[in-house]
Amino acid sequence: MSNLLVPGAFHWLVVSSLLFSIGVYGLLTRRNAVGVLMSVELSLNSAALNFVLLNRFFAPGKVDGAIMALFIVTVAAAEAVVGMAIFVALYRQRKSVDVNRMNMMSG
Amino acid sequence: MTGSVDLSFVLANAWLIPAIPFFSFLLVGLFIRPFSERLSGFIATGAVAVSAILAGILAWDYVSFFGRASDGYPAFVSWSAEWLRYQEGLVVNVGTLIDPISVMLLVVVTLVSTMVHLYSIGYMHGERGYGRYFAFLNFFTFSMLGLVLAPNILQMYVFWELVGASSFFLIGFYFERPSAVAASKKAFIVTRFADLGFLLGVLILAYFGQHFFTEVSAGAAEQPFDFLYLTRPEVLGKLASVGSGFFGVGLLTFAMVLVYMGAAGKSAMFPLHIWLPDAMEGPTPVSALIHAATMVVAGVYLVARMFPVFAATSGGLNVVAYVGAFTCLFAAVIGCVQDDIKRVLAFSTLSQLGYMMLALGIASLENPAGYTASMFHLFTHAFFKALLFLAAGAMIHAVHDNEIWKMGGLAKKMPFTHATFLIGALALAGIWPFAGFFSKDEILAAALHGGRYGIFAIGVVAAGLTAFYMSRIYLIAFWGNARTDKASHAHEAPLVMLVPLFVLALLSIVGGFIPLDKIVNISSVGVQQHGHAGIDFMVAIPSTVIALLGILAAWGLYAKQSDTASMLADGFSGLYMTVKRKFYIDEVYLFVTRKIIFPYIAQPIAWFDRHVVDGGVNLSGWSARICGFGLSFLQTGQVQTYGVWLAGGAAGIGILVVTMLLWS
Repeated sequence: MSNLLVPGAFHWLVVSSLLFSIGVYGLLTRRNAVGVLMSVELSLNSAALNFVLLNRFFAPGKVDGAIMALFIVTVAAAEAVVGMAIFVALYRQRKSVDVNRMNMMSG
Repeated sequence: MTGSVDLSFVLANAWLIPAIPFFSFLLVGLFIRPFSERLSGFIATGAVAVSAILAGILAWDYVSFFGRASDGYPAFVSWSAEWLRYQEGLVVNVGTLIDPISVMLLVVVTLVSTMVHLYSIGYMHGERGYGRYFAFLNFFTFSMLGLVLAPNILQMYVFWELVGASSFFLIGFYFERPSAVAASKKAFIVTRFADLGFLLGVLILAYFGQHFFTEVSAGAAEQPFDFLYLTRPEVLGKLASVGSGFFGVGLLTFAMVLVYMGAAGKSAMFPLHIWLPDAMEGPTPVSALIHAATMVVAGVYLVARMFPVFAATSGGLNVVAYVGAFTCLFAAVIGCVQDDIKRVLAFSTLSQLGYMMLALGIASLENPAGYTASMFHLFTHAFFKALLFLAAGAMIHAVHDNEIWKMGGLAKKMPFTHATFLIGALALAGIWPFAGFFSKDEILAAALHGGRYGIFAIGVVAAGLTAFYMSRIYLIAFWGNARTDKASHAHEAPLVMLVPLFVLALLSIVGGFIPLDKIVNISSVGVQQHGHAGIDFMVAIPSTVIALLGILAAWGLYAKQSDTASMLADGFSGLYMTVKRKFYIDEVYLFVTRKIIFPYIAQPIAWFDRHVVDGGVNLSGWSARICGFGLSFLQTGQVQTYGVWLAGGAAGIGILVVTMLLWS
């Protein structure tokens, strides 16, 4: 039992899973496009956290995981910029960023 | 047999004989016909003439090469190539089988075909579809030669269907005429129906032939479908011991009766004879070539080809003999009262085919005289019947009518046609020294010496009837006064039509003296036979007497334009009408198809097809459409809805994988 109290890989994986679940929940339920984008960021960060913690606990001598995390942060930043630019353009066109109204692809 | 000796060029390349008409068919049909109708006639005739010359050389080589050998004339495959490979030990070759009967028929087919081609240049002059006609004639010649040379039963079946198809095209040559269309359809359907039996017989034979193939360990050159394999005594022994199939009938007998059904359809044996008289709707040279001399003898040829197999069955040959004998008499009776000259000749053909069949049926491996006689009769009949049809064509050409009662007095106006027709008629009637006398007497002698007195009696009566109906049409058409304007203005046919008549007339005179029985005997398929020599007066005297009686009866009735004949017809009007309407066989067929098969078999099948089969197909289409319609509601265009399905699906798969990992 005492094992559970010391922070280890298990604890960090739980944190990461929670973070990912919150991200998916937000992704599926937020109506505001900016909120959806933020949820995507949460999911991405849970993935980055996974990389770091698995590197830390299972391959301590290496830095591959940390580098991947840095990549993810960079990609996330770029993605946020593109996403926000799309939303701004969309808002100019439709005066709204409500994703429920973006259903022009329905059959 | 073939490997050790050097064959002559033509023997080794016998495939050239059917190949030349085939390429001529392609050339004429595709390239020449659109440009010059006239040229297509010459090219087609030339091609067949080349084939005839090659066939003549082949026959000469065959006879001179093997004539010195003491063990008779051999049967061998001179050329072959692999055609179909189903599996190891089940290969079908295409090739050329050389044996006495195939060499004989090669000569007959190419010779008669050349004569008919030549004659057609004059007869069909100015007709619409002249080029098409010659292309099809070439195609027919190719198919028939392929059939004759077939070394295995499958190649024979394929060419069998090809001759059926070309017969269909040529009967329906005048396709603007509804009667010609109906006749061609009738011929095709009846023979196709018979070929169903042939195919089933082939399948049964092939199944068991293949079954025993490894046990018998035949020579490497032979394959299960080959005639040479099927007629080997040890294979026959095994086939005969297969045991009973249906209703206690041995399986081999059953298979051969089915094969005989195909032969009977092609050779128009009763009750499948109904298509042949109607086939006279085609141009007359076509009737001469296809429906008298060559294609209709394919059935006889098939039975002769498979003769040892028929002989190995119990009772198979009796079926052949009795059906042949019945057809022989039946058709001769009908022939006596028909008024259309081509129909009389058609019924005469039926009757003579019956002769050939009954001769095969009474032969056996121990006493094969009937086999030789049948082939001899096939040989002579091809010449004199083709001659009669071509002469009839010249008369029809002059009078523009088929009806004998519209002719009359043609002897003076068409002297050459008259002379050749008379030769043909005497040959058919069996008067010495014409060809028919010898071959018919051989058949009757075989029946008499085989102890088949009933069949002998039928043959003699039919011979008398033959003499009667030939004299009847001869007297009505050539003697007396012209009955119509056109008959009185008739004039002799052009030279191009007369030359074939002269050639065939010559062959009808000398054909009987050709010593065919020295070459064609069953020794080529295993057993030596004692040669039949000279004229058998036991047979020749009664058959000649009855033929003369038939001629005298016709003379008495028709020589003077009296009304004795019509008075006789009125006196026996019921009988006369029955015979004239061909014993109502066509009506029986119509009744059976229209009143029984259509309402009680075809209609329920059509209903089943329309409602159950089509219904099933429609149901599957309908259910697919409904499913698609329902699923289309899932596509909302909402990315988040799709996301829910995606996440849910991924979670579901994850749970599934984890559960399975835990369980296993």
